[in-house]
Amino acid sequence: MGKLSRDDVLKLANLARLELSEDEITEYVTELSEILQYVEMLQSVDVSGLAPTNQVTGLTNVTRDDEIVDYGYQVADLLTNVPAVEAGQLKVKRMIG
Amino acid sequence: MEQWPAITILAADVQAGRTTARSLVERSLKAIAEQADFKAIIVSLDERALARADSIDAQVSAGTAVGRLAGVPFIAKDNFLVYGAETTAASNILKGFTAPYQAAAIEKLEAEGAICVAKANLDAFAHGSSTENSDFMTTKNPHDTTRVPGGSSGGSAAAVVLAMAPFALGTDTGGSIRLPASYCGAVGYKPTYGLVSRSGVVAMASSTDVIGPLTMSVDDAALVLDVMAGRDQLDGTTIEKDVAGYDHLSATIAGKKVGVIKEYLAEGIAPGVKQQVEAAIAKLKAAGAEIIDLSLPSLPTALAVYYILCPAEVSSNLGRYDGQRFGFSYSDATTLDESYKQSRSRGFGKEAKRRIMIGTYVLSSGYYDAYYKKAQTVRTKLINEFMAAFEQVDILVGPTAPDVAFKIGENIDDPLKMYLTDILTVAANLVGVPSISLPAGTVDGLPVGLQLMAAQRADRALLAFAKGAEELIA
Repeated sequence: MGKLSRDDVLKLANLARLELSEDEITEYVTELSEILQYVEMLQSVDVSGLAPTNQVTGLTNVTRDDEIVDYGYQVADLLTNVPAVEAGQLKVKRMIG
Repeated sequence: MEQWPAITILAADVQAGRTTARSLVERSLKAIAEQADFKAIIVSLDERALARADSIDAQVSAGTAVGRLAGVPFIAKDNFLVYGAETTAASNILKGFTAPYQAAAIEKLEAEGAICVAKANLDAFAHGSSTENSDFMTTKNPHDTTRVPGGSSGGSAAAVVLAMAPFALGTDTGGSIRLPASYCGAVGYKPTYGLVSRSGVVAMASSTDVIGPLTMSVDDAALVLDVMAGRDQLDGTTIEKDVAGYDHLSATIAGKKVGVIKEYLAEGIAPGVKQQVEAAIAKLKAAGAEIIDLSLPSLPTALAVYYILCPAEVSSNLGRYDGQRFGFSYSDATTLDESYKQSRSRGFGKEAKRRIMIGTYVLSSGYYDAYYKKAQTVRTKLINEFMAAFEQVDILVGPTAPDVAFKIGENIDDPLKMYLTDILTVAANLVGVPSISLPAGTVDGLPVGLQLMAAQRADRALLAFAKGAEELIA
């Protein structure tokens, strides 16, 4: 743990849907290992009897009424940033190779 | 550059017809244009701002009460959605993105008559401490153009110090409001987690992200916070506003118990910074504050906790940048998977990729317990220590940053060294408590920041104390 190999970096990149250049692979092997070594200090911290924090201000199960709220968003506005639109819908590339 | 009058005075003058919203906006746009070399601003919204100013001036002429921020110009960090304007988060992947709706914070400010005049530079996606990670440009420190303004809200901090507007908005995930406030000599306020709705703000690490003001005075920061604070259905993490609000503060120092955190003045703090902070503490004491030395033994682990949790949440939040719904899309891909990979790889900058990679690692099967869960548990320990401290004291005090602003390029090749600039600010984010950075003198002409923290939801008390401290140490 704490030291990444080239294969680790490639596997992570694939999980994160990134394609890295050779330079990036070399850089990340070193840099990510250094960062992981820094955070290793946590392994020796005694946390017996403590539970992980999930929410800092103590809120639980925040819900609202199950009703449609009109926030005034315009469909045309919401579609302006979509790279490819056809018949008012998002168009994506072929999914099966 | 001549500083602006207090926001309450500006708004009152506009409402009374002693000045116009248009003249305030013009002053702001002129200051922005004349100081473009500092690279604080990504885009100024001249047309939109002047149109809003004219409509506010027309309301005033018609005898309508406009609001508490009538005609007051402000600058938003470019990770806030301002309707119809480009919002890039200083990233190539969002270049050309037009905000299809507006951030809740902007809505509330505009409802009180404020006018957004420009969008400020930041480290791309707010990942950084210097603005050097901006995909577009590096902002220069107003006090020394060879140095960084701090980050990630570096453009916002530089802009208020350069008097481009009376206030600016920032976001603070691990120190991104307070660090640049410290480096540039501004007031930077990070509220209690959840006090301001984040709807319409580009998400970084959702368990610590907060929105806050950068100003030249505590009163101005308090007023802006008061306008923005409160529950919002569009952000499920928001909390109720204090019934007393946050403005109209009376400075209170005497009788307050102030904890001096031992770990914050330990080795690694520059001697000049330490000297200024100790001088400020001496003034608080002379003004009647009770100074109590205390220790938060888990503080040295805070940065390690942060650099597990933050990348984990970043990798999750940046998952939505897939090139299909918005943002850069690689058009030559033949399959969906290739489109994802190429759009992300070509669109994201180096630091975003670095954080996505670390985050993916600490969340991946086999490592989740050792990294992510362990970090969340050490976080509990840190929270418990802070809660115990706030049973003893009202305020915690220390420096905002270990040193003054560093040189442009000094840390850029060493990500770990860059991360260490956040070492004194991240704890407040992990614990969810409010924190403010106040200008506290200079070292060799470069500003030093004094950091004050209070318990969760004690924002009003923190601001009242900060107002008193500001009068003493200014």
